[in-house]
Amino acid sequence: MRRASGGRIDRSRTLRFTFDGHEYTGHPGDTLASALLAAGVRRVATSVKLGRPRGVFSAGSEEPSAVVQIEAPFPEPMLPATTVELYDGLAASSLPGRGRLAAEPDPARYDAVHAHCDVLVVGAGPAGLAAARAAAAGGARVILADERPEPGGSLLGTGESVDGLPGAAWAAATVAELAELPDVTVLPRTTVFGYYDDNYLIAVERRTNHLGAAAPAHVSRERVWRIRARRVVLATGAHERPIAFAGNDLPGVMLAGAARAYAHRYGVLPGRRAVVFTAHDSAYAAALDLAEAGVEVAAVVDVRGGTRDAGGARPAPGAEWAARARARGIELLAGHVVTGAHGDGEVSSVTVAARDDVPGERPAGAGGRSFEADLLLVSGGWNPVVHLFSQSGGTLRHDDALGTLVPDASRQAVEVAGAARGVLTLAGCLADGTGAGARATSGAAARVPEAAAEPEPAGEPYWVVPAADHSAHFVDLQRDVTVADLRRAVGAGLRSVEHVKRYTTAGTAHDQGKTSGLLASAVVAEALGVPVAELGVTTFRAPYLPVAFATLAGRDRGALHDPVRVTALHEWHVAAGALFENVGQWKRPWYYPRPGEDMEAAVLRECRAAREGVAAMDASTLGKIDVVGADAGEFLDRLYTNLMSTLKVGAVRYGVMCRPDGMVFDDGTVVRLADDHFLVTTTTGNAAAVLDWMEEWLQTEWPSLRVHCTSVTEQWATVALVGPRSREVLAGLAPGLAVGADDFPFMTWREAEVAGIPARVCRISFSGELAYEINVTSWDGLRLWTSIMDLGVVTPYGTETMHVLRAEKGYPIVGQDIDGTVTPQDLGMAWVVSKKKPDFVGKRSHARADTARPDRKQLVGLLPEDPGLLLPEGAHLVAADVLPEPPVPMLGHVTSSYRSAALGRTFALALVKGGHGRIGERLYAPVGGTLAPVTVTSHVLYDPEGARRDG
Amino acid sequence: MAERRSPAAAFAGRFAAASEGGALRLAELPFRTQLNLRVDPASPAARDLGDALGAPLPVEPCTAVTAGDVTVAWLGPDEWLVIAPPGHRPELLSKALGDRHGSVVDVSAQRTTLLVGGPRARDLLAHGCALDLHPSVFGPGRCAQTTLARAQVVLLPQADGVHVLVRSSFAAYLAEWLLDAATEYLR
Repeated sequence: MRRASGGRIDRSRTLRFTFDGHEYTGHPGDTLASALLAAGVRRVATSVKLGRPRGVFSAGSEEPSAVVQIEAPFPEPMLPATTVELYDGLAASSLPGRGRLAAEPDPARYDAVHAHCDVLVVGAGPAGLAAARAAAAGGARVILADERPEPGGSLLGTGESVDGLPGAAWAAATVAELAELPDVTVLPRTTVFGYYDDNYLIAVERRTNHLGAAAPAHVSRERVWRIRARRVVLATGAHERPIAFAGNDLPGVMLAGAARAYAHRYGVLPGRRAVVFTAHDSAYAAALDLAEAGVEVAAVVDVRGGTRDAGGARPAPGAEWAARARARGIELLAGHVVTGAHGDGEVSSVTVAARDDVPGERPAGAGGRSFEADLLLVSGGWNPVVHLFSQSGGTLRHDDALGTLVPDASRQAVEVAGAARGVLTLAGCLADGTGAGARATSGAAARVPEAAAEPEPAGEPYWVVPAADHSAHFVDLQRDVTVADLRRAVGAGLRSVEHVKRYTTAGTAHDQGKTSGLLASAVVAEALGVPVAELGVTTFRAPYLPVAFATLAGRDRGALHDPVRVTALHEWHVAAGALFENVGQWKRPWYYPRPGEDMEAAVLRECRAAREGVAAMDASTLGKIDVVGADAGEFLDRLYTNLMSTLKVGAVRYGVMCRPDGMVFDDGTVVRLADDHFLVTTTTGNAAAVLDWMEEWLQTEWPSLRVHCTSVTEQWATVALVGPRSREVLAGLAPGLAVGADDFPFMTWREAEVAGIPARVCRISFSGELAYEINVTSWDGLRLWTSIMDLGVVTPYGTETMHVLRAEKGYPIVGQDIDGTVTPQDLGMAWVVSKKKPDFVGKRSHARADTARPDRKQLVGLLPEDPGLLLPEGAHLVAADVLPEPPVPMLGHVTSSYRSAALGRTFALALVKGGHGRIGERLYAPVGGTLAPVTVTSHVLYDPEGARRDG
Repeated sequence: MAERRSPAAAFAGRFAAASEGGALRLAELPFRTQLNLRVDPASPAARDLGDALGAPLPVEPCTAVTAGDVTVAWLGPDEWLVIAPPGHRPELLSKALGDRHGSVVDVSAQRTTLLVGGPRARDLLAHGCALDLHPSVFGPGRCAQTTLARAQVVLLPQADGVHVLVRSSFAAYLAEWLLDAATEYLR
């Protein structure tokens, strides 16, 4: 029911929304929960396991009960109605526990931002505002984050005043003042949800959710803040805790402070006639405020006092609060408890009994009273919100007077202020926050904002109203876990709250037991007969509240999910209709289909062009490293298996690098540019790894070598010009270059102008054909390539053709035919391993017995008996055409498999046990349910003499 | 014959459009000379190189010195990046080094320079850079090697904005990322 006036809502504007298909109205400033309560909607959800009706239990993000599904404008599952800001056009529905994810892609933008500050203040209640104010006064860079749309925290829900202003007005003025400062960032609607080492905290800012369909598309809907703070002040407040009694989950049962907040903040009365059930003085303020607002408060039922034994240890209700309640005409039942909330779908009556009458042996309610009431307010006291402090590595201490856990010590630069460490008066919180803010910066004393002195509220830790049956005493409302369930868990032998949590699911819902966690521990502790201080609570882990995956993904979606690396020629490839292959982060042209061609046809055509005419490939992705220094030759001798120091200036040599275990790590060519200057190429995928490898050896093992290595991978664009006609094409493009076989032999390089561009031309071949690699700066790459293509005779080819051509020649690919278990000798490349050098990385391992085993897997070629059969890569190889009983001896596997235009058939490369001794043998590969016969051959299937390459 | 082409040339139009509102200035600064210099900072060669550049090689980590139109950025204990306008040739430095131990490698085309300027420049970068870019921390004379979004970059605060030096192959990715991150600053 809406009050006639008051509340932080804009009554001049009306918002329309639907809930479960019914139309309602509310105002800006409402939450879905407050608008529903204003409309008299009490049943908001249905419990997941028992199907019981559930209502609004709290007024904040701790809500365990009123979880709804948002249907429009974009479906979102399981949001607490208490945190959904009302907007025009909102459509929501009640949930039987589980939500429904949207089937369509989320059109909203999400992003992230990194932020740094001297002081991060979490929470803009009285303590947080005071802390931020004091810190900012000291000139610090301050971030103030608060999860609500409006600053003020508890001030919004209590009607108290600060510095002579209504609390909410003081908060707004303080924030406005702070926001003026250049180095202060105020973040409303921002929940800090993770606290990690080195004062690194993560928050989520809800930026446009509250605008509904009116949210601007260019602004991110939610933003993740990654904050690094020198110091942190946690002013996260406290959550009111419930008491377990029969029927305590009925709609109409609500935390006392929440009801007070609905009256003050939203101008909403959540009921007409209330009973207040409390173990703490703070509920009296709620009772008084609600009575003032027009709720008929039938009684305050206080577990404290009223003992028959005047000398008993039971504490009494605060005298001042009791007096104020009586003065307001409210009946105070000290030493009483609520034995049950009753009603059909919502609270309509409350039964009460003297505490001394309910030790459990009598039927509940015996000798008690019954009140008609539609609202039952509950307060078991307050639990400081210690989640972030605990995540920071902070330890918690049980405060016996407060009956709860409070922050103790943390290894990080963090301080807790206000209710978050158990300070429960406004004046106390303001002083506490001011001190923390000042200490976090200059340490200079700052003025403490003034508030009226109130008596310090106190309470008695009280958890469960005894009864014969505890199966309707709810602890975790979202998971339908009762006191009976927890006791059953203990009865089953569980002794740890962590185990009880996993067994009963208490505390595992969206709210992670914010209101129920300590209650659950208290129930378990009592059942075990140990103090709750000893038992403790379950671990507090990030996130503090649920955060959508889309938010965490931010901008890292779709095309920006992972960087796409492209060469200088990429635009041409795209325009030419190339299909691309991902090679690490690179996009490399895979093949260039002509209209009507499939991949097989395109690749056969490209291969034919390279073998019979002239073709070109973008080879720019190869890693390139400049190795400079007087000891460069010696350095490369130690890293490669073969000799590099003997290479003549002007010449090129192929080389293989091994790891210390003797296995091939990378391969490539080494170009000697000058006596003290080499250019090393690496495989595309290993460019960074090889540079790291070189630096590691230089810095840790061989610091005396005078060598420097510099990556130049992207300095150069490289075009491979391949085929019997490549020489004449090069001659045409580089008239100044002597291209004759004697002037420019295989494995040499020349400086030349190619198409008018300064270039380094290397006569090397990864195809087995006459071929050149033309290197120009990457700025010139596109015009070199365009000049070549504009000749009209050169066929562009992609990585698939490159693979076929190299496989026909038996050239292995690191990462495909070579998997970290293969020595150069296994590859049939003993020739690349120097016998003369005293040492190189991996040499000693080549002398191990294991690397000399005759049954090592060795690289061979395979020719399927059916020349049209393309063996699947990865296919296993067996010895016989009938499979024996398992285990079947496996001889090896296919590493590469292609159709060859040059061979007129399919072929494959494989790693086969003792393969070099099996040439000519017949093996079998299981393919599609049959065993396909294949013949083992040399891995070099095309031009084994190398006449074409050397020509 | 076609002209040479810089890595982010295709983005010139979109960068210009994004710069119209005044909040940001995005542009590629193409073809700048960049030399990777390796030398022992305590050696006479380092001193001679400093003389040739007009300023001693900076030895404090993450700093840069500017002499005339040449900036020298610290990349490591024995590594610097020398940045100059287009067309500078490495010969001057090679000559100063002589045949002493060290290296001067032309890496001008290895990275391109993206200018991120305007009042919201640092806000834009903060979406993808974990470092503190506040002017009091990252002002003139600083440099940083870090990641921006998922690309390695060198950042240099300069008079016209922050110069983002990015590997050529990552330039298109980073340009797309910058334009996407800039979306909400453009209206």
